[in-house]
Amino acid sequence: MNTKNYRLDQRKAPIYEALERFRQMRVVPFDVPGHKHGKGNPELTEFLGKQCVGVDVNSMKPLDNLCHPISVIREAEDLAADAFGAAHAFLMVGGTTSSVQSMVLSVCKHGDEIILPRNVHRSVINALVLCGAVPVYVNPEMDERLGISLGMKREQVAKAIKEHPKAVAVLVNNPTYYGICSDLRAIVKMAHDAGMLCLADEAHGTHFYFGSGLPVSAMAAGADMAAVSMHKSGGSLTQSSLLLCGPNVHADYVRQIINLTQTTSGSYLLMSSLDISRRNLALRGREMFHTVTDIAEYARDEVNAIGGYYAFGKELCNGDSVFDFDTTKLSIHTLDIGLAGIEVYDILRDEYDIQIEFGDIGNLLAYISMGDRMQEVERLVSALAEIRRRFQKDGTGLMSNEYIEPIVACSPQEAFYAKKESLPLEETVGRICSEFVMCYPPGIPILAPGEKITKSILDYIIYAKGKGCSMTGPEDPEILHLNVIKEKKKGTK
Amino acid sequence: MEFWFSEFHTPDVKHSIRFNEHLYSKQSAFQRIDIFDTPEFGRVLTLDGNVMLTERDEFIYDEMITHVPMAVHPGVKNVLVIGAGDGGVVRELTRYDRVERIDLIEMDPLVIEACRAYLPGNACRMDDRRVHITFGNALKEIRHCENEYDLIIVDSTDPFGPSEGLFTKEFYGICYNALREDGIMVNQQGSPFYAEDAKAMQRSHKRIASTFPISRVYQAHIPTYAAGYWTFGFASKKYHPIDALDVEAWLKLNLKTRYYTPHLHKGAFYLPAFVEEMLLEVENEIQ
Repeated sequence: MNTKNYRLDQRKAPIYEALERFRQMRVVPFDVPGHKHGKGNPELTEFLGKQCVGVDVNSMKPLDNLCHPISVIREAEDLAADAFGAAHAFLMVGGTTSSVQSMVLSVCKHGDEIILPRNVHRSVINALVLCGAVPVYVNPEMDERLGISLGMKREQVAKAIKEHPKAVAVLVNNPTYYGICSDLRAIVKMAHDAGMLCLADEAHGTHFYFGSGLPVSAMAAGADMAAVSMHKSGGSLTQSSLLLCGPNVHADYVRQIINLTQTTSGSYLLMSSLDISRRNLALRGREMFHTVTDIAEYARDEVNAIGGYYAFGKELCNGDSVFDFDTTKLSIHTLDIGLAGIEVYDILRDEYDIQIEFGDIGNLLAYISMGDRMQEVERLVSALAEIRRRFQKDGTGLMSNEYIEPIVACSPQEAFYAKKESLPLEETVGRICSEFVMCYPPGIPILAPGEKITKSILDYIIYAKGKGCSMTGPEDPEILHLNVIKEKKKGTK
Repeated sequence: MEFWFSEFHTPDVKHSIRFNEHLYSKQSAFQRIDIFDTPEFGRVLTLDGNVMLTERDEFIYDEMITHVPMAVHPGVKNVLVIGAGDGGVVRELTRYDRVERIDLIEMDPLVIEACRAYLPGNACRMDDRRVHITFGNALKEIRHCENEYDLIIVDSTDPFGPSEGLFTKEFYGICYNALREDGIMVNQQGSPFYAEDAKAMQRSHKRIASTFPISRVYQAHIPTYAAGYWTFGFASKKYHPIDALDVEAWLKLNLKTRYYTPHLHKGAFYLPAFVEEMLLEVENEIQ
């Protein structure tokens, strides 16, 4: 049992329990979904299993309704709020993308400024396209050796707040994909002192709420809202997520915002997975993440013992731009063996049947979670040792990630909806991009709508493509062309 | 009253052995270990319900996995044995005076404990002064090992359980690296007969063949294993399994064996057409 004191009985899982009751009642369905507990789609039932399709049901009185929860979903949300130390929690079924978007849409409207680091997930900027808010970027520090974006420095945030006193909120990655945390408590205080809200993208931070010795969670740091990817470190099904609110946020308004875009047919598979996972985290999270941390630390030591690789950890902490580090993350710098992270990522899959989370230009990330066992970790470490032995190269000519400071020419919304034209990549220098370009994962835009295209950005895109990064975003799937804002003809001003 | 132990060789094929007494049963950190006393096969060791060895037919497996590489490589001094906690492979190896050191890595201490207690015919040489036992994961224990062994014998369970890591390309690569420039790796490679086993056998052959310059498969008839038909992998940096076989030298050692002979050695590498075809299929996939 966790030592934490919860207000509610965390052994309960109301959605799961309601579904069990529903199953036992053998209710005859004359409602959607049309597969009717799988009977109408035997191939699907064979593939997913009777148990699974049997609870793929629609909202009904005994099972509540996600759009307007008053019974079991409401209870599950209250339990989640209690478990995460939030004033309110929303079960989300559109991925953490929908949590992030609802969070941003709840606090920003057209023309508002929002302060955020440039290495945000695309979902944040998507929300700005939707609502017309204007980003104020705080340049994240770069670690020169690793080529990764770090957190936001306190003084940089203070400067942005001072220069943009009317901004409505500050958004923080807690942590970044690589596990790096900014000084969240200090940023919350700065934001609140300036009358702004503080939002946290905690897509990679679910475990902060339950483990020990991990960085502070958004709710504990006093943030106003947090988007939490339960399906990442929390163990729930893909696409299920939570949106948490602090006491200063009007939860019923947030519910209205969520309902603007969220489905009215919330999946009970996703919702029950959130319910069961929350219970598991509350009851056993502490020991589970203790094990996860131990596994990650062991793997880090073993990878560093191979030589050539650098699996980084808490030594990066510098009190500011790396205020804290999430030790469950196993991020490995690969350039010193002469291979790009994405190349090692590909070799691991093609040669060793090992799929890792992502590889970028200089690093890779192996996701360690509650589902890992030592025997698979030994495989990963050994495969990395083998890759070094077999594929190590002279690293000259390898590019390191560099922070390319964005030049924001107009708001993402303005750029996205502006008149545009498609130009061959190499002819776009100096133009304003009207779409996203990113490697996925991690899904952090290289270019966002409204940003000026420069030579160094193009070089980076071409290099990343050449190394085998999966590029996404543009209309042109080959990414040979980019959409840019149409320029007014000369003399027509 | 009759007691029967049954093992599924496929979901639709069951192999049963009558037993008189269930001598041992324990769940270790890795697997369930059982030993039965049976009228036909003597004592039988099972792991997770799969027959690992019987007193009656273990000689076939242990002789074939040991004497084939030993008859090919004239200078084997340092041997690494992975798995084989029952001791059968060690017993065969200790018969060679030229072997100076046998390192054994076994994942599960309970297997050794159980076999020492109930299978003395196999475990009899585990206390030989040349034998050094390490408990652990082989992938970890030999990761940094380079140019150390003349022979590695991989005596694993099947590739669907805790031994899965011993059928991977990273493992074979690490073994390659741990071997000297004329080293040999021999592994049990499963049955080529039932579809699921055959796929696993193909997969590991492909991985070995893309790691070692010489990679051949040989066979033996083992009554208590699936389909009674078993294969071994012979992977080598220098010695060819038949061309380098020194019949005279081996005969001079005067080792008494019950299954292995230098003639059978050659014959064991001549495979049925369907097995050859399976091997060729994956060899062709290697660039």
